[in-house]
Amino acid sequence: MKILVCISQVPDTTTKIAFTDNDTRFNEDKVQYIVNPYDEWYALVRALELKETLGGNVTIITVGNASVEAIIRKALAIGADDAVRIDMEAADAWSVAKSIADYASDKGFDLILAGKETIDYNGSEVPGMIAALLNQPYIALGSKLDVIGNSVSVEVEIDGEVEVISTALPCVVSAAKGMAEQRIPNMRGIMAARTKAISVLSSTEQPLVKVHKFSLPKPKSEVKLIDADQMDSLVQLLHTEAKVI
Amino acid sequence: MSVLIFAETAKGSIKKASLEAISYGAQIAAQLQTTATAVVGGAISNEEAARAGEFGVSKVLLATNLPGHFDPMLVEQLVLKAVEASSAKIVVFSHDYAGRSVAPRIAARLKAGLVSGAVALPDTSSGFVVRKNVFSGKALAEYQMNTEVKVITLLPNSVPAQKNGSAAAVEAFDAALAGVQSSLKIEKKVREHKGGVLLTEAELVVSAGRGMKDPSNWNIIEELAETMGAATACSRPVSDIGWRPHHEHVGQTGIAIRPNLYIAVGISGAIQHLAGVNGSKVIVVINKDPEAPFFKAADYGVVGDAMEVVPRLTEAFRKFKAANS
Ligand SMILES: Cc1cc2nc3c(=O)[nH]c(=O)nc-3n(C[C@H](O)[C@H](O)[C@H](O)COP(=O)(O)OP(=O)(O)OC[C@H]3O[C@@H](n4cnc5c(N)ncnc54)[C@H](O)[C@@H]3O)c2cc1C
Ligand SMILES: Nc1ncnc2c1ncn2[C@@H]1O[C@H](COP(=O)(O)O)[C@@H](O)[C@H]1O
Repeated sequence: MKILVCISQVPDTTTKIAFTDNDTRFNEDKVQYIVNPYDEWYALVRALELKETLGGNVTIITVGNASVEAIIRKALAIGADDAVRIDMEAADAWSVAKSIADYASDKGFDLILAGKETIDYNGSEVPGMIAALLNQPYIALGSKLDVIGNSVSVEVEIDGEVEVISTALPCVVSAAKGMAEQRIPNMRGIMAARTKAISVLSSTEQPLVKVHKFSLPKPKSEVKLIDADQMDSLVQLLHTEAKVI
Repeated sequence: MSVLIFAETAKGSIKKASLEAISYGAQIAAQLQTTATAVVGGAISNEEAARAGEFGVSKVLLATNLPGHFDPMLVEQLVLKAVEASSAKIVVFSHDYAGRSVAPRIAARLKAGLVSGAVALPDTSSGFVVRKNVFSGKALAEYQMNTEVKVITLLPNSVPAQKNGSAAAVEAFDAALAGVQSSLKIEKKVREHKGGVLLTEAELVVSAGRGMKDPSNWNIIEELAETMGAATACSRPVSDIGWRPHHEHVGQTGIAIRPNLYIAVGISGAIQHLAGVNGSKVIVVINKDPEAPFFKAADYGVVGDAMEVVPRLTEAFRKFKAANS
């Protein structure tokens, strides 16, 4: 099995969000970056499990400038065999997906795995675009994935029901919670990661959409405290003041 | 220059999230002084399909030869054909499973700009600017879309469906899918939805966390939810340790929801939890610790022991229902 796992860098989940340059750029000052949890915990770990049972190779790919090397090392420490970095600012889903699809088009990957969405731009866009560009089937939001012979069988939750979708390899699948369990890299993995190869490629793909302004949501007004034995008045407030019931 | 909206059906009618998308697409068309068409996949009657007109579209293309279940590969073909037939320049989906599966493929095929999870109507006063949530709801971003064709997925529960039209003209739409072999096989339903309210579509949600101490204490949460007609949700640790099913886990690494009312019981309000629920219109927090961070994100707060407060709240809802029915 030759597996490609798309990983992206996102701000740590506790990051305080702020903007600079007239609210046109995310303020990266003092921001800690992590591997997008869906990519690391589910897509990458499931790829490694498949390799452990079926043999093969797991390559990770990320689109970003040199600052993303730290998260690449983390993914290598968890167990990926090698890494590709496409040296370009990840400006939108199209430019990322096109660069990855161009790279993957002649490499013969059996399976491309990605996360369900990035926790910064929350797109759910990149893997579906990669699949379309490679003319491959795409199964979104898999919470369980098995490879059976020449095909994959993927459980997905659609409107509260679980369905099993299968398709022939090669294909693209995005990973949601449940596909695997998070793995913590061990010392041996961390040491081994230091000598694994990262190939750096370039791309000139241009973005199709652009953020022109960020803003923060309106701050919530002060909480209204209700006495624990006044639940009737809480229900009244929800009816007359908040108008949600 | 027209607008095309993809709509899905469930149990013989157009899904609620799709009606929101239809209404959204129709409002964009009105803004741009053009027409809106809905393409409907799934088994519904002509009369049901015509109801899309009440939400502003003038025409419905009713696909005649799709299988009964949702198949993203066939829907992709259907929408591409419908884009061609209606010369649409703006294509709208709901940001649900279908939208997430198909919209990126359509955008890539047409080299169209894509903004997914839009939360407001576009600003078309200069250019075409679409607003969406980013950083898991901790911020908003305005996207400039300049491509000739634009694809937008609309976040459910963010722009309410508006009725402002009458029945639409329904046209049987043969997208020539009969000969198309889907590359997907949709095998079986593992767990059929058991009735009750669907978390992702629910307007009222009751959610609980580690403060419940033991899974057996969830009976009071379920009773409250049932009384209100609400869906149930939970924090991540609770689903990780198997107290509650994974599909109830909301937050940054679970699902994001935007109900009208979110009642959080025994949940501390960690930033990763808030990321999945901060789109709720009204938040009620019940926690025995007055310092719990969740109170900062709440509209109404009750400081107290869940075991006592929740049954009282259930009782209060019962009385309210009895008086208002
Ligand atoms: C990368 C990452 C991603 C994460 N993603 C998510 C996510 O998607 N969703 C999520 O929920 N969490 C997520 N978390 C975990 C998150 O940080 C918190 O640990 C978690 O939300 C805490 O769950 P809790 O509030 O149920 O439990 P606790 O933090 O233990 O809080 C329990 C609360 O119950 C109260 N309580 C105790 N007894 C009672 C009582 N009798 N009556 C009333 N109140 C009582 C306590 O005062 C306390 O506030 C993530 C963490 C990380 C690092
Ligand atoms: N810059 C990137 N480099 C590599 N993979 C990415 C990048 N951005 C997104 N992805 C992959 O695509 C998935 C969905 O991202 P998005 O469409 O941005 O929500 C992520 O979980 C990653 O697996």
